[in-house]
Amino acid sequence: MSIVPVNPSFEVKLSPLGDTAIIVELGSVIDQKTHERVQALSSYLRREPFPGFIELVPAFVTLTIFYDPMKLLAPVAENNWNSLAEAAASPYEWVCELLMDIVSKLEGEQAAAPRIVTLPVCYGGELGPDLAAVAAHSGLSEKEVIALHAAQPYLVHMVGFAPGFPYLGGLPEQIATPRRSTPRLRIEPGSVGIGGKQTGVYPIVSPGGWQIIGRTPLVLFRPSHEQPSLLQAGDQVYFKPISYEAFIAWEEQA
Amino acid sequence: MGIRIKHAGLLTTVQDRGRLGYRQQGIIAGGGMDDFALRAANLLVGNEAGAAVLEATLIGPKLIFEQDALIAICGGNLSPTVHGIAVPLWRPVYIKAGNELSFGACVAGARAYIAAAGGVDVPLVMGSRSTYTRAAIGGFEGRALKAGDVVAIGEGASETLFYWEQEAGDRQDAAPFFAASWSIGSEGRPFYRKNPVIRFVPGRHFDAFTEGSRKHFLQSDFRISTQLDRMGYRLEGPRLGTEAALEPISEAVSMGTIQVPAGGSPIILMADHQTIGGYPKIAQVATVDLPLLAQAKPGETIRFKQITRQKSEELYIKHELQMQRLSMFIVIRYREER
Repeated sequence: MSIVPVNPSFEVKLSPLGDTAIIVELGSVIDQKTHERVQALSSYLRREPFPGFIELVPAFVTLTIFYDPMKLLAPVAENNWNSLAEAAASPYEWVCELLMDIVSKLEGEQAAAPRIVTLPVCYGGELGPDLAAVAAHSGLSEKEVIALHAAQPYLVHMVGFAPGFPYLGGLPEQIATPRRSTPRLRIEPGSVGIGGKQTGVYPIVSPGGWQIIGRTPLVLFRPSHEQPSLLQAGDQVYFKPISYEAFIAWEEQA
Repeated sequence: MGIRIKHAGLLTTVQDRGRLGYRQQGIIAGGGMDDFALRAANLLVGNEAGAAVLEATLIGPKLIFEQDALIAICGGNLSPTVHGIAVPLWRPVYIKAGNELSFGACVAGARAYIAAAGGVDVPLVMGSRSTYTRAAIGGFEGRALKAGDVVAIGEGASETLFYWEQEAGDRQDAAPFFAASWSIGSEGRPFYRKNPVIRFVPGRHFDAFTEGSRKHFLQSDFRISTQLDRMGYRLEGPRLGTEAALEPISEAVSMGTIQVPAGGSPIILMADHQTIGGYPKIAQVATVDLPLLAQAKPGETIRFKQITRQKSEELYIKHELQMQRLSMFIVIRYREER
């Protein structure tokens, strides 16, 4: 593992994830600053991928970059692969150098303005069977829970766990509620849930233990789209309460 | 026309080398568990190394070929036969229309890869033909194969196929299949064996584990439990733990990442692993040894051997160079036989 001082405000830790990927740690706590660094490095690499770059995975404080070692070394190796292997040329060290160079240039990189996505949500009733449980746990009325949940934007820190599943930051503490003691075997796509201090939306049918407080008629995982996940890391998400009638109308339209 | 599934076996899916570029959207890479066997099978029939194949698991399928096909079976030996005659592994085989390829006892390894010249023809979804069962996309209708399915074979226009068709026409005998006289020998394959030794590079949290845990990890046998699937293998053995409670902030994982949840039993992530993980990472399996894990059965024991990151990279490069040589060797063999 190497630690690269870039500027006084933060350090960058690089570590290998095996022989085909590298983890770039851009902070040690989950906060806006770290998130912006992850976003800045992601957008730089999307714009200017290096030879051998395969893909990247942004997370709370890290960016992981997958690469093809052979394509990475191809410009260096020319026709001398055998001696290259014997000299134990390291693709990892090569990527480290590349990334150190890129990170040093990132200070000037303006984080792109976040994309704003509004998810209409029908709270409570049959679409949000656990709204009452969340209200009881928080000592609030169902109306107050809805108002709090829909009051502020949430940040998509990363997408993972399931295709298109957003890890959202920004849930008000008052409505944080432990998971259900018995997980449900089937949660419908679009279900909005609270699990501890997190909130999220289930993109596909899956089992799960989160408290389901509502459902959005929007489709979060669209396999035939160029960008299958509706939400991307870095997006700002608003929840907008809608009536059951509006939910049905929306679904019928789609 | 194509391959009709008479019996699906335990788990037979369409796989290629995986769905790349979508992990940031929570979409797994997937792909064949044994990347070497998958590539070798494709090369033997003149396909691109990453064409789609069938991956059979422990109990293989019964397949009826509705057309003549040039195939190759690589990986684990699940006793493939046609009319009771053993079909050799690791070599091109020309099977005539109407014959049934059926698998029997799992003699060695766990997964067999069946490639057909032209590749298994299912729609590309996000750049890949691999089956992603959880999201119900890719492969054959987004699911494992079942009896009654008919899987199409793509147009194989390669000179390899042309040669074999000529050869088949020249032969007047009634044999249901015939195999090439040459094959990929054991010296050209990973060191497949029972109870393998798996080389690893220390993971990001290796040093956070207790001295005892690290020692156990290096010296003890671990048994592959029956809790195993394409997502990962749970290991049974000494419990491992960190010095202080450690809950790393979730981040990307990859095939071969070895995580240790609070219970202390390590889990090796395999091809269908989720994109993100939040358990301490004790180790990462060297890419070249992943095929050995793909061919390990539940109940087998494995041992771990630590190597440096540099060594793991050197093994990777050498393996890829060998793959390139193998590809050239096969092309030359075909030319010589013409």
